[in-house]
Amino acid sequence: MKKILEVRNLTKIHGRGCPQCIDSTGPEADTNICPHCGSVVAAHGVSFDLHAGEILGIMGESGSGKSTVVKTLYFDDAPSAGEAIVFDEARQWNLFSLNAAEQRWLRNHRLGMVYQNPHLGLNFNVSAGGNIAERLLMSDLSHYGEIRERARRLLERTEVLPERMDESPKKFSGGMQQRVQIAKALATQPPLLYLDEVTTGLDLSVQARILDLILEIQQELNTAMIVVTHDLGVIRLLAGRTIVMKYGRIIESGLTDQILEDPQHAYTQRLVASAL
Amino acid sequence: MNPNYELPLDEADYSFGFLDEFAKREVRRTILKAIAIPGYQTPYASREMPMGRGFGTGGLQLTLSLIGQDDTLKVIDQGSDDSVNAVNLRHFVELTCPGVDTTERTSEATLIQSRHRIPEVELSESQVLILQVPYPDPLVVIEPSEAKRKVMHGEGDYSRLLTKLYEDIVQFDEITISHRYPTRINGHYVIDPSPIPRYDIPRLHRSKALVLLGAGREKKIYAVPPYTVAAPLAFDDVPFRTEDFSDEHGARRTCGRCGADDSFLDELIADDGSKVWQCSDSDYCNQRLAEPSHEVSA
Repeated sequence: MKKILEVRNLTKIHGRGCPQCIDSTGPEADTNICPHCGSVVAAHGVSFDLHAGEILGIMGESGSGKSTVVKTLYFDDAPSAGEAIVFDEARQWNLFSLNAAEQRWLRNHRLGMVYQNPHLGLNFNVSAGGNIAERLLMSDLSHYGEIRERARRLLERTEVLPERMDESPKKFSGGMQQRVQIAKALATQPPLLYLDEVTTGLDLSVQARILDLILEIQQELNTAMIVVTHDLGVIRLLAGRTIVMKYGRIIESGLTDQILEDPQHAYTQRLVASAL
Repeated sequence: MNPNYELPLDEADYSFGFLDEFAKREVRRTILKAIAIPGYQTPYASREMPMGRGFGTGGLQLTLSLIGQDDTLKVIDQGSDDSVNAVNLRHFVELTCPGVDTTERTSEATLIQSRHRIPEVELSESQVLILQVPYPDPLVVIEPSEAKRKVMHGEGDYSRLLTKLYEDIVQFDEITISHRYPTRINGHYVIDPSPIPRYDIPRLHRSKALVLLGAGREKKIYAVPPYTVAAPLAFDDVPFRTEDFSDEHGARRTCGRCGADDSFLDELIADDGSKVWQCSDSDYCNQRLAEPSHEVSA
């Protein structure tokens, strides 16, 4: 299997940090705030691999650092330490040693992100089609007719009525906004897609259709994805492998079935028991 | 500043060109930097001028820093030499730069300060065109934070500006920017070429004359050096186009005064309520009227 992403010892500390930060936080210490300096250890020692066409789930409660991991991998946030390599067709990208222009290029051409809140991923001052056009323009496409055609096809693919492509996403329902966001993220056909709590806050039938869409896209385009969620149902449906995080550390990782059916860590056991 | 240093003064207690020598030197340094980085908005310490900001203080500071006694100055406001802004700026330079010639003829001028127009007659290598700029940053319509705009300029990230053009075509079937058309200079920086009409944008491209743009209120100077590529933003299949002066029959309108069919026209309402078109560049119109051949053909 072709490796797409390799993350090693990713660490993110908010605050000044002190030498005792790492030892005095984590699941054993039952906190992620360092009692000595007050810094927040959002993530520490996070390592995992992701292969082409695979969906990796990151599960955990609020504040466990799961979103932090994805944000650093999408350059929304700079990590304190660690290494991440994206394996592209021609070359390898060492994410945290790229300059700003390279980061922007990689983000625009090879990565996609769908946020929980459509306000973060979409520009509400331009139309739905314009949002997709923006991403295509970022990847250096400058033919109006082609941009329009591709935007229309993407919106059709994500089941947004093409007649509404020239309307502002402001007027769309939450589920539709999420579909536009997915269309925008897919515009450049990235080999790697991050989904940060994409179905949170949507009603169940809309959730189901979005999840179906994500699975179809994964089958069709063989896109590797990282799905961040606290919803066990989403994990069960989408993810082949899962990481469980608590207080910024990985406490358990393995095949999704294994984790859900036979959780080893006490916290995972509680989590699975409470959901069932 | 060294308190013991005496500013060189002329008899009227002002330096030549109103600005003190420090100020002029700083503006000149900024101009050099602006020329070295075509299209880059170079910050400078815009001085207080004896007129309101927004009335051409940026252009005036450029003019006063560049002008010497052997220069001939022309000042234009919307193509005209006789409108209030042009007349007052010309008077001011005559007052503060004794010995400087002023002219209304484009071909005679060595320095041309202009508001919102580039002269119809092609400029030469020995001329400098100074444009007054109200809003120097083309990205201001899409990004309110200047810090973020600077990063966008630095990385050449103009996709959101192009998205605006896309939205225009979606809504109106054409790009609706009438003036201040975003133009990419030397393949990198996109500038706001001041509120010149689209008609004048092609004149920036490989212009023989140096074009300097000064924004006094926004404290920025930028330049289109001679023979530099200036490309208006557009799509591959929706090219940039200039104003269309054809009438209802498809024929090109001509100037009602001199008959020119190759100039930028202003639309005026005549005394009887009908519409008249006339050259916006008054010097160009006058020169055409003065030509002997014009008398014969008329």
